[in-house]
Amino acid sequence: MNFDFTDDQQAIKRTARDFLADRLKHERWRELAESGTYDDGLWTEIGELGWAGIHLDEDVGGQGLGSVELAILMEELGYALTPSAFLSSAAASLVLAHAGSDAQRERWLPGLAAGEVIGTAGLVTDGVAPMVADADRAAVIVLVDGLSGMVVEAAAAEIEEQPTIDSTRRFSRVRASGGEPLEGDLMSALDRIEVALAAELVGVAQRAMEMAVAYAKEREQFGRPIGTNQAVSHRCAQMLLEVESARSTTLYAAWTADNEPESLPLAASMAKAYASDAGRRVTTSSLQVHGGIGFTWEHDLHFFLKRAETDGHLFGAARSHRERVAALAGLGALAA
Amino acid sequence: MDLTLSPQEESFRDELRAWLADNHPGPAPEGDEAAFQFQRDWQRTLAAARWAGLSWPEEYGGRGATLVEQAIFNEEMAAARAPAVANVLGLVMGGPVVIAHGSDEQKERYLEPILSAEEIWCQGFSEPEAGSDLASLKTKAVKSNGGWVVSGQKVWTTLAHHAKWCMLGARTDADVPKHQGLTYFLMDMDQEAVQVRPLVQITGEPEFNELFMEEAYIPDENVVGGVGNGWGVAITTLMHERAGLAFGLQVQLKIALGELIDLIHERGLAGDPLVRERLAQLYIESEALRLNAWRGLTQIMKTGIPGPEGSLPKWQWSDINQELTEFALEVLGPEAPRADSEWTYRYLRARANSIEGGTTEILKNIIAERVLGLPRMR
Repeated sequence: MNFDFTDDQQAIKRTARDFLADRLKHERWRELAESGTYDDGLWTEIGELGWAGIHLDEDVGGQGLGSVELAILMEELGYALTPSAFLSSAAASLVLAHAGSDAQRERWLPGLAAGEVIGTAGLVTDGVAPMVADADRAAVIVLVDGLSGMVVEAAAAEIEEQPTIDSTRRFSRVRASGGEPLEGDLMSALDRIEVALAAELVGVAQRAMEMAVAYAKEREQFGRPIGTNQAVSHRCAQMLLEVESARSTTLYAAWTADNEPESLPLAASMAKAYASDAGRRVTTSSLQVHGGIGFTWEHDLHFFLKRAETDGHLFGAARSHRERVAALAGLGALAA
Repeated sequence: MDLTLSPQEESFRDELRAWLADNHPGPAPEGDEAAFQFQRDWQRTLAAARWAGLSWPEEYGGRGATLVEQAIFNEEMAAARAPAVANVLGLVMGGPVVIAHGSDEQKERYLEPILSAEEIWCQGFSEPEAGSDLASLKTKAVKSNGGWVVSGQKVWTTLAHHAKWCMLGARTDADVPKHQGLTYFLMDMDQEAVQVRPLVQITGEPEFNELFMEEAYIPDENVVGGVGNGWGVAITTLMHERAGLAFGLQVQLKIALGELIDLIHERGLAGDPLVRERLAQLYIESEALRLNAWRGLTQIMKTGIPGPEGSLPKWQWSDINQELTEFALEVLGPEAPRADSEWTYRYLRARANSIEGGTTEILKNIIAERVLGLPRMR
């Protein structure tokens, strides 16, 4: 029983932290976040580093690692609030890898693994997928409608830009028909996407907490740092409890995906529900610690708050995942 | 990351399970005295099979179990609903203190009777004027021919009415800063100068006691860890106590959640979306606690000592247990306040969870100051 990362996993984490900090220096990051654009050079480097295929099999050009390594990367991408199509492409490749036919895998996975092709995935309700990240730049779109899924080429889909409060990620409404059906295990693919999102939320919340703690140490009122007040310091302690709990449930879910798939449905829903709530609570609580400055556009915090809020709604909001937990934990399915 | 048990850990668990299946004594008898004797017998049974004092080194009658084995033990005992042991404070705190800080003579004298529950131990730290600010305690020990004369008052002394020995914190030097003037004593409870009075709690039960000392005598050889070192001795044991307890607590929560799910079905509320939402949230939080406890253990194994992060699980557990019992009363509905309801008892008892063993407010201070590095208040 050991929750520690292996040396290789630690190296992945360190490399990602250092690389992203270097490529997304504050001024550059702020420019991207403000303008709602991605850095194409960064994406090329991410492809060269092999990140896009970290979780994919070696026979399609991936690194043959798993959901734990993907979660490590996602946490760091969230920590750096990286404007990038990484999540979208990872989501598409997870669905194709788990639910795609051999032909679909051969067609798409090598390009996705290398970062040469961008993909995305979205959930359909009432015939339209209302929030699909990066559909505007994707070559391949995976749409999941209840228990059925399909792959469509972006050129064949109706894509309408759909700006959200999160300007660090681009969203569209997507409507498509007549794609190729996906016959495989959609649920386990969706669960892996939920875990990846939970990991991103952990990184976002970790960063928002660090910002709050740093500010509580440095900001003085009444002649002393505001962090000496328990109303502030206990708020920060609560952030730590929630960030660590989100991290524990997320790492556990990632581990089940790789080692104990029968536990994945419950674990993934627990992680996504907890991380969605924690993402909102920690970022909003951090804003409160920052006081007035935290409410200004000029401060960076709002980008984190908006990413956390938006992530919380992707691939099932906390409420729908709690409903699934209730069913799996012993209350049974809810009668229709 | 490897969240499976190693073959050795699995065989430890299997051995324990098999032993428990053969030796579980069943439910406790009615009545305080009979119930305590039952716990004493149960501890003897455990000790004979070397399951008591699990973490103690083998030379002192323990098993030298690893932290993972101790966690497995606590999980399995809770899952089997095994009875509590009579001498829990002796096993969890007294023995480890004597092993870590005691002299050879003290080890020879005290350890065996702790294991066999022949001598019960209690802990005299908290005082009416020294709760969270434990180091400000006023109980005074004055040097007097070959020993110490102790006067003062303690509260919340669990098991004092059964105890032979009290782990006592007393002030031996009033002229130095408060943390430096304390000494850790082992006080014989069998003396006229020590009086125990039951303290009735909001549950109506006298689970704890008040302890009054009027010129009680403690010989020099009953000082543990040296005069003036009491704070350090007490703190290390508290940290170990917190680290180990989380595992039993999280399994008890899981059992209570299972009972709550049964209750929800019984009341026909399994289809109520609000009930489902709250149950799911409690389930998720109790899993987060379990996983945090295991992650914390990984950290202790790496560094060798429990860090301030060890304060998280106790805080988290008390929050969840309080919410769980409050929710159970809502599920029970109008009959919830009935005095003979088990859930109502649990609801009342849970009020102490965020106070006993370190208040939630103190635990948050520890996390804010020592984990997050925020400036100290004051």
